[in-house]
Amino acid sequence: MTATAAVDAAGLVKTFGKLRAVDGIDLQVSQGEIFGVLGPNGAGKTTALRMLATLLPIDAGQAWIFGVDVTREPHRVRQLIGITGQYASVDEDLTATENLWMFGRLQGLRSADARASAKRLLAQFDLEEAADKPIAQFSGGMRRRLDLAASLITRPPLIFLDEPTTGLDPRTRGQMWDTIRGLVTEGCTVLLTTQYLDEADQLAGRIAVIDRGRKVAEGTPDELKASVGNSTLQVQLAGGADQELARQVVRKIAGAEPVLTPESGRMNVPLDTADRAADVLIGFRQSGVAITSVSVDKPTLDEVFFAITGHGADAEDDPVPAGIGVSGAGAGHETVLEVQ
Amino acid sequence: MSTITTAGPASAGPASAGTGPLRTVDPAAAVARTRPRTTITEIVSQTLIMAWRALKKMRRNPEQFFDVTLQPLLFTAMFAYIFGGAISGNVHSYLPLLIPGIVAQTVLTTCMSTGVQLREDMEKGVFDRFKALPMARIAPLAGPMVADLVRYLIAAGLTFMMGVIIGYRPGGGVLGVLGAIVLAIFTGWALAWIFTFIGTIAKSARAVQGISMLILFPLTFLSNAFVPVTTLPGWLADFVKINPVSHLVSATRALANQGVVTREAGWTLLAGLVVIAVFAPLSVRSYRRHM
Repeated sequence: MTATAAVDAAGLVKTFGKLRAVDGIDLQVSQGEIFGVLGPNGAGKTTALRMLATLLPIDAGQAWIFGVDVTREPHRVRQLIGITGQYASVDEDLTATENLWMFGRLQGLRSADARASAKRLLAQFDLEEAADKPIAQFSGGMRRRLDLAASLITRPPLIFLDEPTTGLDPRTRGQMWDTIRGLVTEGCTVLLTTQYLDEADQLAGRIAVIDRGRKVAEGTPDELKASVGNSTLQVQLAGGADQELARQVVRKIAGAEPVLTPESGRMNVPLDTADRAADVLIGFRQSGVAITSVSVDKPTLDEVFFAITGHGADAEDDPVPAGIGVSGAGAGHETVLEVQ
Repeated sequence: MSTITTAGPASAGPASAGTGPLRTVDPAAAVARTRPRTTITEIVSQTLIMAWRALKKMRRNPEQFFDVTLQPLLFTAMFAYIFGGAISGNVHSYLPLLIPGIVAQTVLTTCMSTGVQLREDMEKGVFDRFKALPMARIAPLAGPMVADLVRYLIAAGLTFMMGVIIGYRPGGGVLGVLGAIVLAIFTGWALAWIFTFIGTIAKSARAVQGISMLILFPLTFLSNAFVPVTTLPGWLADFVKINPVSHLVSATRALANQGVVTREAGWTLLAGLVVIAVFAPLSVRSYRRHM
């Protein structure tokens, strides 16, 4: 494909005081794809996105949007993007129609065109009934939809979505996913951040996993999940069970390294298919390892994280002490998963 | 929407984006359409749209008008009856001195709320969108200030009205009073850029309020707004004479009471222009950096 990349970022860095919130991230997003940036709270996803959207100055590195330099020509970049944040960025004191009209006018639409575009978007996002209500009366899902509508007024070719479904109920979430897919069929490119593996899995063609300001893995959802197995067996070992023996059984039967928490006796085993869970359990019984509970689940983001970085997704509260130890391990995994 | 309207997107430019729901997005064309900077026409139109937004908000939050309605009414009556006898012998002869002073004071207080409200507004999510839009950086600052002209008009108008009710008869006639009101509005608008700048640098709306009070109180009370300068000790009289608020008050008095445009009016206009020239760029720069 000869088309310019929708997003091309090299070595992005953002520091807040001592904290390197974004620490050298490269991203390439092709035109027409949905690209997911996956990571826990505080990983630097939003910061990276805000830099690309000209909302934060780039401390080091470079970024281009459809070949336009973000640092040098922010005004031109702003004509090519729409951004919808975690917190609705619409005016609380105005009605839905007034909001869309205002944003349309600010982007150079004539008054009548702005009104027509507001009407069309309100219909498209199922907000016609609430068109003349103040936003203060809107539900969370309605706000999010209006916010997305406000990003689409001039039909920008690139849409940034910062955690588009965080805090939405499952039904609204599904609707939002359909809307996002719809954007791409119209020719838009979407760069979204999310904390949910299943969301990235459902929507994104490619995913970059971000942890502590660094990209630790990149690939298709399948490649990413293959790194942790397609499902996970969670076993609670009985008190006094031989944990070392259990570990050996798992290694022999599942051919994988279990994640064991010695204090609680909890063990997570990554599996290629859920069927293998039975084999492991039979192995436990035959070798006399007692267990108290068992469950088989799809891998969670936490497990993907554990597999890739060596620490859990919720461990970002103390980034400094743990970060030093695992960043090397993360980089090692990246070479395994990197597609290019 | 008909497909016919999408036939000429090249000529219609960005305005064509409102039509044709099923037209696919063409990134290359979008890049070709981008313009490197905002034009003067765009700056003016965006500022007016932001003023429209501010006016809508005022209409929906009428409590914002308390300061520009209650203060002129209350202060005019209060100061006239309390200080009138002491300063000018009686209330009636104090009014020509006092009313222009109150006009200056209320206009200045109104400027302060410009800064406070901007700060509150900037903390809202919608400012994120303003920053991400290809719009002039000055528009979100200048727009509310254009809308604030309404507030200055109410403040200055009500003060004169209250004065007339309690017996003030401006010698400058209707034209003189109108001139005084226009001058006060211009000065208020110009000085509001200082408070807008404070609004963009301060950490919170409360901080804006605090800093603004510190500036406002000495400026209004250490002027000739309420007392004749001759009653002041020498060192204080010197400060009062160079205080720009004194120039505004003197110019307003001359206009309202004698119907003449004095040199003071010229100084006031010049000071206003200097303040705009310095603080408008500073505010825009600070707002831009706030990203």
